[in-house]
Amino acid sequence: MVGAPVARSEDPRLLTGQGRYLDDHGHDALAAAFVRSPHAHARILSIDADDALDVDGLVAVYTHEDLPGRIGEPLPLLIPHPALVHPRTGYPLARDVVRHVGEPVVMVVARDRYVAEDACDRIRVEYDVLPPVVGVASSRTADRLVYDDVPGNVSAHLLQEVGDAPAAIDAAPHHLELELEVERSASMPLEGRGVFARWDPDDESLRMYSSTQTSTSVRAAVAAKLDLPLHKVEVVTPDVGGGFGVKIVHPWPEEVLVPWAARRLGHEVKWAEDRREHFISSAHERGQLHSVRVGFDDDGRILGLDVKFWHDNGAYTPYGIIVPIITATQLLGPYKPGAYRVEFWSLYTNTVIVTPYRGAGRPQGCYAMERTVDAIAEVLGKDRADVRALNFIQPDEMPYDHGLMFQDGRPLVYDSGDFPESLRLLKKLVGWDDFADYRAQAASEGRRVGIGIACYVEGTGVGPYEGGHVVVETSGRVLVSTGLTSQGQGHRTMLAQIVADELGVAFDDVHVTTGDTRRFGYAVGTFASRTAVMSGNAVALAARAVRDKALRLAGDALEADPGDLEIVDGQIGVKGDPGASIPLRTVAVLSNPLRYAFDEAAKQATQFVVGDVSKPPVPDDEEPGLEGTDYYSPLRATFANGMHAAVVETDPETAEIKVLRYCVVHDCGRLVNPTIVEGQIHGGVAQGVGGALYERMVYDEHGQLLNASFMDFLMPYATEVPTVETDHLETPSPLNPLGVKGAGEAGVIPGMAVIASAVEDAEGFRITRMPLSPSELFHLRARFAAGEIPPVHQRRVEA
Amino acid sequence: MSEELHDVALHVNGVLMHTRVPARRLLSDCLRHELRLTGTHVGCEHGVCGCCTVLLDGAPVRSCLMFAVSAQGHEITTVEGLAEPDGTMHPVQQAFQECHGLQCGFCTPGFLTTVAAFLQDNPDPTLEEAVEAISGNLCRCTGYQNIVRAVLRAAELTKVNT
Repeated sequence: MVGAPVARSEDPRLLTGQGRYLDDHGHDALAAAFVRSPHAHARILSIDADDALDVDGLVAVYTHEDLPGRIGEPLPLLIPHPALVHPRTGYPLARDVVRHVGEPVVMVVARDRYVAEDACDRIRVEYDVLPPVVGVASSRTADRLVYDDVPGNVSAHLLQEVGDAPAAIDAAPHHLELELEVERSASMPLEGRGVFARWDPDDESLRMYSSTQTSTSVRAAVAAKLDLPLHKVEVVTPDVGGGFGVKIVHPWPEEVLVPWAARRLGHEVKWAEDRREHFISSAHERGQLHSVRVGFDDDGRILGLDVKFWHDNGAYTPYGIIVPIITATQLLGPYKPGAYRVEFWSLYTNTVIVTPYRGAGRPQGCYAMERTVDAIAEVLGKDRADVRALNFIQPDEMPYDHGLMFQDGRPLVYDSGDFPESLRLLKKLVGWDDFADYRAQAASEGRRVGIGIACYVEGTGVGPYEGGHVVVETSGRVLVSTGLTSQGQGHRTMLAQIVADELGVAFDDVHVTTGDTRRFGYAVGTFASRTAVMSGNAVALAARAVRDKALRLAGDALEADPGDLEIVDGQIGVKGDPGASIPLRTVAVLSNPLRYAFDEAAKQATQFVVGDVSKPPVPDDEEPGLEGTDYYSPLRATFANGMHAAVVETDPETAEIKVLRYCVVHDCGRLVNPTIVEGQIHGGVAQGVGGALYERMVYDEHGQLLNASFMDFLMPYATEVPTVETDHLETPSPLNPLGVKGAGEAGVIPGMAVIASAVEDAEGFRITRMPLSPSELFHLRARFAAGEIPPVHQRRVEA
Repeated sequence: MSEELHDVALHVNGVLMHTRVPARRLLSDCLRHELRLTGTHVGCEHGVCGCCTVLLDGAPVRSCLMFAVSAQGHEITTVEGLAEPDGTMHPVQQAFQECHGLQCGFCTPGFLTTVAAFLQDNPDPTLEEAVEAISGNLCRCTGYQNIVRAVLRAAELTKVNT
């Protein structure tokens, strides 16, 4: 099954309306709604809820003052780092000061959401408005502060260095500088966040459903906040309507408040985020300013690279500085930078928090590096692909140690990859060497076209670990569970393929559960393109343990050496002897000696039927049941890579940018399910194109998000996304038993870089700011025509 | 102050269903929470994303932009009503599975209803027409490529079946 384009087992449910997402639960639950700050920065003077009390159906109104003990304390700093010297996290409900529009101030619980919002409308909060800090540039100048006790708005400052980059650049035959900017965007899943909590007062236990990327960690966080023993809290992740990073953050204020209110009120409580709430209270990403200095030789070989960048972390830092660390380290892509120096400042602003969005800092890093390589090629008048090839890490240099520390606190060491081969495939796929002819032909038709290229390397499958549990039921059904969660990636199918192969059973007999703490309690979560690597290997190892046990037991039953046995289609038999065999389900019966017969299968396992009376019913070092648990914990991340090329056409009159072709060569090691991997790439590319051409968070100087709706935040429709042409290279990872690498984020990473490269090629002047709208391109053209920006090269043929 | 409730009789998926809702209850919320047909999803509540698309007398409408009380007297088809009574999936559903036209599945019911109505009007669409047909629905997972394939495949399946 592994390697086959198996149809997804998730689909029949989801296609017939039988999916169960967060808001499909708890129809009789009370509904929560929130009064959120309308100001980016303000002191709360008073909260008056008197008018709300008349609303029929109102159940409760809570402000920070009502939150007892740990509920009212600041939310946790999930990922501390020594460089994060001024961490700040918010309160579940604001205390005294609000620091971004959308911060929750009052929680209302009522009969239904309509009534809860009626009550919210009647609650009057008086504010003393303070001057806000909006945007990276404004935060960097630090004329205003988000926190009086955080000098320069700097939450973290980190420098990593290999060699003496400034000296190498000064000594190089050529050098150049680039100032680059990327604006904010966001994950924007079509299902917002949501929480549903059910308190059982008799059992003193909590069942909680959350649209999260990490159920185990939500459980631990909520148990700590509510001061409950861990085993009294169950967190179930139902079907989740997309995550893309935003749902890895936890506990969100609502994940603390909803279960707390359910317990306090003795009634089920639910909160389902609406779209405006998602825009102004769930995390964003991407906003960074980069200043790059590079030195290179006459051939274009990079001798030294010095990058300074400023990262907008929003109002709080609950997720630490993971995003800028990833930018700093993954910026290097497939290249050897010579000496490298990277320094970043993570800055507070009075805007929504910044945490990973698919790609997690890599798109900005890739953009900075690829813009730099394009600029080197341009200065030297060389082919952009040739300059890339010259700087590639070669296959015989793997594993390649960059001498830096990666996001997991471990050395940045690439395990495998064949970058020259990937480039060869990409050039062939897109027709790189023939593009001049196409350009000339287009020009003769009055059309302006350009081609771009961008390469990336992605650290995937970071630790610390994931686990898997596999049990064979006496029915022959194989149940598999892993703790991390799914948001539409087809994990159930992919993991079932792996277990079916490892165990020798039919794919249809394997049933996978993810993200349910009732089934598996130890897990980290779904992020960093890690499920195939982490849970894939964990369930493979667990299945191998079950297989070994099944063969031991079958060996006894068949009086054969377990080494001579194999499992084929759920039957254990002697290799080469079709006569002697026993079904796996019967071995499951034998594995659990019983006193009581409750069904036909159990009857076969009772003490008068089974076993050698000279041995205990369960031998030493064995456990009852045909099941196994194992964990996969890697030494370090495994590195996937890819290269994209795009052909764009820019309208000479309107400056509209159309992506004519989009080509992808992708190497994520061994493919478990090529259909699913292709789907991940398609979706990633769509988000990459969105980030390059359409999506941005438009904050005004007051910190108001002006485009907080799908009418104004322009996510691509089918008409905006190009057809993706793909080719795969499979360079197995030497680090894990399956040889797999992650694939979830890959498609989005080089999107901005490749589109910038292609538009620059079409237009003949440098593109430094993303996203790029037609009106911005139009104005750049005007500046170019006025001589305010210099031409980049002579490739352009006048249309 | 308490809200006035209205008796509403809705024809949903061929079944007459009775409920009592305030005048302001959105059709989407009524379908989901009163009638417990949760296959219809809500992604934006301002009519842009298309997740809540249902068929009203055979034509796609955004159920988040319509009050439940206004739907009285109309035939409503939700995603739960697309398959045959014996459970055989609608050609559009089959095509979405075959072509990997869904990932998280949240936008999918809106696409399915939209495409089912589209193919009634245009049983033999070109690629461009297929793209146009789905260009009012947002999907954040698939990049649309496989959805477009699914539209064309559904047209083929419909032809084979009829």
